[in-house]
Amino acid sequence: MTGSRIGAVLALLRNTWRGLTSMRTALALLFLLALGALPGALLPQRSLNAPKVGQYITEHGWWGRVLDKLQFYDVYGSVWFAAIYVLLFVSLVGCLVPRSVEYARQSVAKPVLTPRNLGRMPHYATSTVDASPADVLAAVRPKLRGWRAVEREEDGGARSISAERGFLRETGNLLFHFALLGLLVAYAVGKMYGYEGQVIVQADGSQFCNSGVLNYDSFRPGLRVDGTQLDPFCVKVNGFTARYLPDGQAESYQADVQYQSGADLETNTWKPYDLRVNSPLRTAGDRVYLLGNGYSPVFTVTFPNGQQRTGHVQWEPVDQQTKLSQGATKFDPPDVTDPVLRRQQQIAVTGLFAPTAVYDGKVLSSGFPALTSPAVAVQVYRGDLGTDSGRGQSIFSVDHQMIADGRLKKVASQNLGLGQQLRLDDGTTVRFDGVVPWVNLQVSHDPTQDLVLVFAILIIGGLVTSLTVKRRRVWVRATPESGAEGGGRTVVEVGGLARTDQAGYGEEFTRLSGELLAAPRQRAEQDPE
Amino acid sequence: MTVNTTLATYSDWTYATAIAIYVLSMLFYLAEQAFGRFARRSERVEAATVGGSGGGTAVLDRPAPPRVTPAGRPLPERLGRMGVALTVLGVALHASAVLTRGLAVHRVPWGNMYEYGSAVCLAAMVTWLVLMRRFPIRRLTGFVLLPIVVLLFLGGTVLYANAAPLQPALQSYWLVIHVSAAATSSGILLLPGVASLLYLVRTANEHNPRRFARLAPRLPGADMLDRLAYRTTIFAFPLFTFGIVCGAIWAESAWGRFWGWDPKETTALVAWVVYASYLHARATAGWRGNRAAVINVLGFAVMVFNLFFINLVVSGLHSYAGVNG
Repeated sequence: MTGSRIGAVLALLRNTWRGLTSMRTALALLFLLALGALPGALLPQRSLNAPKVGQYITEHGWWGRVLDKLQFYDVYGSVWFAAIYVLLFVSLVGCLVPRSVEYARQSVAKPVLTPRNLGRMPHYATSTVDASPADVLAAVRPKLRGWRAVEREEDGGARSISAERGFLRETGNLLFHFALLGLLVAYAVGKMYGYEGQVIVQADGSQFCNSGVLNYDSFRPGLRVDGTQLDPFCVKVNGFTARYLPDGQAESYQADVQYQSGADLETNTWKPYDLRVNSPLRTAGDRVYLLGNGYSPVFTVTFPNGQQRTGHVQWEPVDQQTKLSQGATKFDPPDVTDPVLRRQQQIAVTGLFAPTAVYDGKVLSSGFPALTSPAVAVQVYRGDLGTDSGRGQSIFSVDHQMIADGRLKKVASQNLGLGQQLRLDDGTTVRFDGVVPWVNLQVSHDPTQDLVLVFAILIIGGLVTSLTVKRRRVWVRATPESGAEGGGRTVVEVGGLARTDQAGYGEEFTRLSGELLAAPRQRAEQDPE
Repeated sequence: MTVNTTLATYSDWTYATAIAIYVLSMLFYLAEQAFGRFARRSERVEAATVGGSGGGTAVLDRPAPPRVTPAGRPLPERLGRMGVALTVLGVALHASAVLTRGLAVHRVPWGNMYEYGSAVCLAAMVTWLVLMRRFPIRRLTGFVLLPIVVLLFLGGTVLYANAAPLQPALQSYWLVIHVSAAATSSGILLLPGVASLLYLVRTANEHNPRRFARLAPRLPGADMLDRLAYRTTIFAFPLFTFGIVCGAIWAESAWGRFWGWDPKETTALVAWVVYASYLHARATAGWRGNRAAVINVLGFAVMVFNLFFINLVVSGLHSYAGVNG
């Protein structure tokens, strides 16, 4: 009983394995992979643009929520996508193992026996020569250099050579598939041990140090990264230059940075680097990229008691073409220690910033992304900014709940050019002093990407080999001519078979068989006995 | 670096002329098809009386020497040959349009979608001219020209972008390598798409002679179409792979990661997987022939989808079509 049950289970397992590793299943899985990857290109993805996902869900109601439940906004991290590629992976391994065994077996095996009737082969040629079978084969042998060949004696004094070529095809094939496996594994490992962080740095000599996760504005760690062991290095952004064409299209972005890593950290030595869009800074096993840029307007607030506070914080571009930006620069009143009093006098300068001011009546907009005539259209709020409320708030805006609650009031609204100021009812002045550019840096760490590149190169190599090399066979048989008049004459037959993709072998065979058939004659002419 | 507007204008004119010449040569192929009917009927009668000779794989559907007219060659063939001459002229003009565009902007002429589309079509046409020398497929040129003309027309009208220098993200020598590999392989992959489509027409007719009764008999044999599709695919596929890998290397230095599931990357991967399926299907019993051809056509559809929909509708990092709106 148990024996048969075990047998049945084994049979089920065996059949499942066979089914999974069959080419049909692999094909179906390949299709599923292609089909499964597509929604990721068509629907917004959290990993690329989280706000857009939220917007999409709101716009599409229940349908959006169903897609969310089915993980359609995280396609490449979803359970079903993982299921497809894991199955494909298993199928691939299951296909590769027996093929590798077969490959190893074939690499030591001798070419097959010469078929009895060469005339039945797709390619065939024959002639009769005045030479013995042994001489014929001796003449033919050098012509088959590069072929794996074996000579055999046959009945009736005949001799034959069986030769094959193109073993590299299977080598390339296996190389391609193993490299593909390797690439996937390396990619997965890289995802687990890698991280990616983004940070905005003012281009006025400000620094960023890769010493902890908190230094980042956003940080995306791999599964095995807890942020405690980042590769230490520091970057100082001294300046930023953008060049634009007359129509506003960007021509070049360039950040003038200094960095220190390794021993330089102890000696506090800074090395210069010219950071550009296509040339990241590579240091300490990490890469630093220049991904974005914008402007931080500088405001000076002079309080009624004469104290001054200068502040600048990045404003976010709302239009990438013209760099029209919006934001909120927030100030605490100086020398006010009482939190209640302080919460009545906090100031936020919000509104729009235009690097090249264009006015439509009094409405400010920007005509060009470069700093030609910067201006701001500000609304000044005074009151409780809610920074002590415990609720997180955007650095680009004030907390609208505070305005709704009446704890934050708009006290002025005005357009300001460079150096201009406005005066609040209590005598406080807000002056627009200047502009500092900021850059958005991305720090990336991927320990396996070089390995991925190596596998990718192997993939291409394997692919080219397996698609260009053709497996083909050629046989030569020399048979002593029978009958009375056949004294000393030998019939030479050449047969050919392409094992993969017949096309193209015809020409090669015609040339080769011509050479092979001519060889015994040439040899006879060269040394007549 | 300023744009040489005179040269850019010449480039535009040459481009328009190339399209016109392509359309004209298409007319000649159509005429060959139309007038070729009687000649081909008599041929088939001859073939029937001679008997089905040459069943070997190497024999292609070469038109048998038909009756000779006073001018030396039958009219349909003369029309077809004129079509070839016009196609060669069209390709020459097309190539010079691409070249002058590059000279006008002092960079590789594939920096926006208009230029890219033009380069893709040029790659397809040059490959087709090479194939025409090796295979008797002249009669198919009209079918190849049809998508080419449509693509070029759309490129010249909807996608047209003025000659301009490149945005910073594109200023890299990888633009030369990655985009040329992508454009060439996409162009070449257009051909097996057409061949596989015609293969399906041909086999549908073989199964049921009433289907495509007018079109199918004028096509080369199914075997020939299948081989044409296969040979061009295995040529373009490694190139396409190379293009994707180069794109990944470039993305590593421009965008901070070598693979980020950007819509364009994803769709290129999907196309790659579809063509990989095609190669597997062609090596699997029961999947050769029709099914493989369907997969190849599907691959072609994904490529076109990737070119138009992904660049124009979906926003991603590859959205530098240079098209407003």
